[in-house]
Amino acid sequence: MAPILSFEDVWVEYGEKVVLERVSLSIAEGEFVSVVGPSGAGKSTFLRLVLGQEGPSRGRVLLDGTPLAPECSPDRGVVFQRYSVFPHLTALQNVMFGLECAGSFLLARLFGASRKAARDEAAQMLEAVGLGHSLDAYPAQLSGGMQQRLAIAQALVKRPRVLLLDEPFGALDPGIRLDMHELVGGLWKEHGLTIMMVTHDINEAFKLGTRVLAFDKRRHDPHAPNRYGATAVYDVKLDRKAKEAGPPAELVAG
Amino acid sequence: MRLVNIRPAKGSRILIGAIPIILLLVVYAVLSAARVEANPNDKVLPTFLAMARAAMRLFTATDPRTGDVTAWADTTASLWRLAMGVGIATLATLLLGIALGVVPLVRAALGPLVTIIAVIPPIAVLPILFIALGLGEASKIALIAVGIAPFMIRDLAGHVAGLPAEQFVKAQTLGASTWQLTLRVALPQALPRLIDSLRLSMGPAWVFLISAEAIASDVGLGYRIFLVRRYLSMDIILPYVAWISLLAILTDWILLTISRRAFPWAHGGGH
Repeated sequence: MAPILSFEDVWVEYGEKVVLERVSLSIAEGEFVSVVGPSGAGKSTFLRLVLGQEGPSRGRVLLDGTPLAPECSPDRGVVFQRYSVFPHLTALQNVMFGLECAGSFLLARLFGASRKAARDEAAQMLEAVGLGHSLDAYPAQLSGGMQQRLAIAQALVKRPRVLLLDEPFGALDPGIRLDMHELVGGLWKEHGLTIMMVTHDINEAFKLGTRVLAFDKRRHDPHAPNRYGATAVYDVKLDRKAKEAGPPAELVAG
Repeated sequence: MRLVNIRPAKGSRILIGAIPIILLLVVYAVLSAARVEANPNDKVLPTFLAMARAAMRLFTATDPRTGDVTAWADTTASLWRLAMGVGIATLATLLLGIALGVVPLVRAALGPLVTIIAVIPPIAVLPILFIALGLGEASKIALIAVGIAPFMIRDLAGHVAGLPAEQFVKAQTLGASTWQLTLRVALPQALPRLIDSLRLSMGPAWVFLISAEAIASDVGLGYRIFLVRRYLSMDIILPYVAWISLLAILTDWILLTISRRAFPWAHGGGH
């Protein structure tokens, strides 16, 4: 099967500073890729490449075989750690936003039957993430976990090819985090999603992922710390056995 | 207990707030009574009764020369100029402020110009406005608009540019075009801030209105105050100042109410 995403010798450089170097890998449809690594190792840059917030300095990033333009588009959905939802819209309006943008170019608002259809679809999606009872609540009235549920529903309603999660549970309490793991794991299976999740939590990465990518610098020049960039130093597909064994010692230590 | 920890209850807070006002009025009444006793024709500190009489005359009696009730003619003329000036400034802010905040290209092109215009003292431009637009209504309206628009534009542009970048990225991943995200993400979040900066700008707007009216006008609240100043008519000036304050408070209250009703999410998020 052709990969959904592939990186061909990708470099990201800011002037003298090399952030990513020689990243070559591909991601198949249906994978749940966890991206881990120390701070400053290019995890977020890697995600921003896929998101289209920036383009590679060298190499190519392909989505379904086509090079990505350095611009965000609806085939890649995203959930950030914070500020993912619009504070001035209710939960329902937040989810309907994507449908309204597609349906009405000039006003980004739907009316009549198409509005009703979008409303029903959005309500259904909110039901699926467990927010069926708070359709008319503003984000400020929702807890942190519920806001992240909303952000996920908002992204999924566009049926993105790839769902990107940027430390989505980083700001949540441990208990809520477990609930969210269950939700994301369930949605991933149910909708056959392809997910890429950046996380600080190694255990979370192994628990949810079918594949773990660890970014770090392979080479290090103590006199010029920016001379070399990070790359995927660890790339493992997790079968059941590897999952049960948990994260290897060298990653936990890092 | 430390002073910083003493918090008056709601009922007593109103009382505490009223005390200085009442005190001020009493002190004024005593002083004016003393002056009037010494000189029945004193004009500098008129009694409340004298002010009420003058106000009554201005608010009810028809001026035989113009056929209008003076105070109402002044009020409508001033409020109309104020509304036009503030309206133009608000419209300009809405268009320019959001464009500057959302589109980096517009910010690069027009940001420096707006910054330069913002540092020009508006009153210094008044002669230019008089020369260019004449002594009529246009120059007064223009002074108000020119006076408050740069501050409002910069404030709104800063606010919009400061909205979390995540929101703009998210909107794009949901398929929003530049226009759509301006309309549905930037604009609604800019409106409560626009009302806030409008409330702050009403003070300067009044200053510019009264300045323009004082210099060249034949009707208006500022015109009247500066006209009767020649006769030391404090019995007219003081009620007019009180009337202007009342109008200002009322405007502020209306703006705040509109903001609370229309944007509940911006005021603590509750319905």
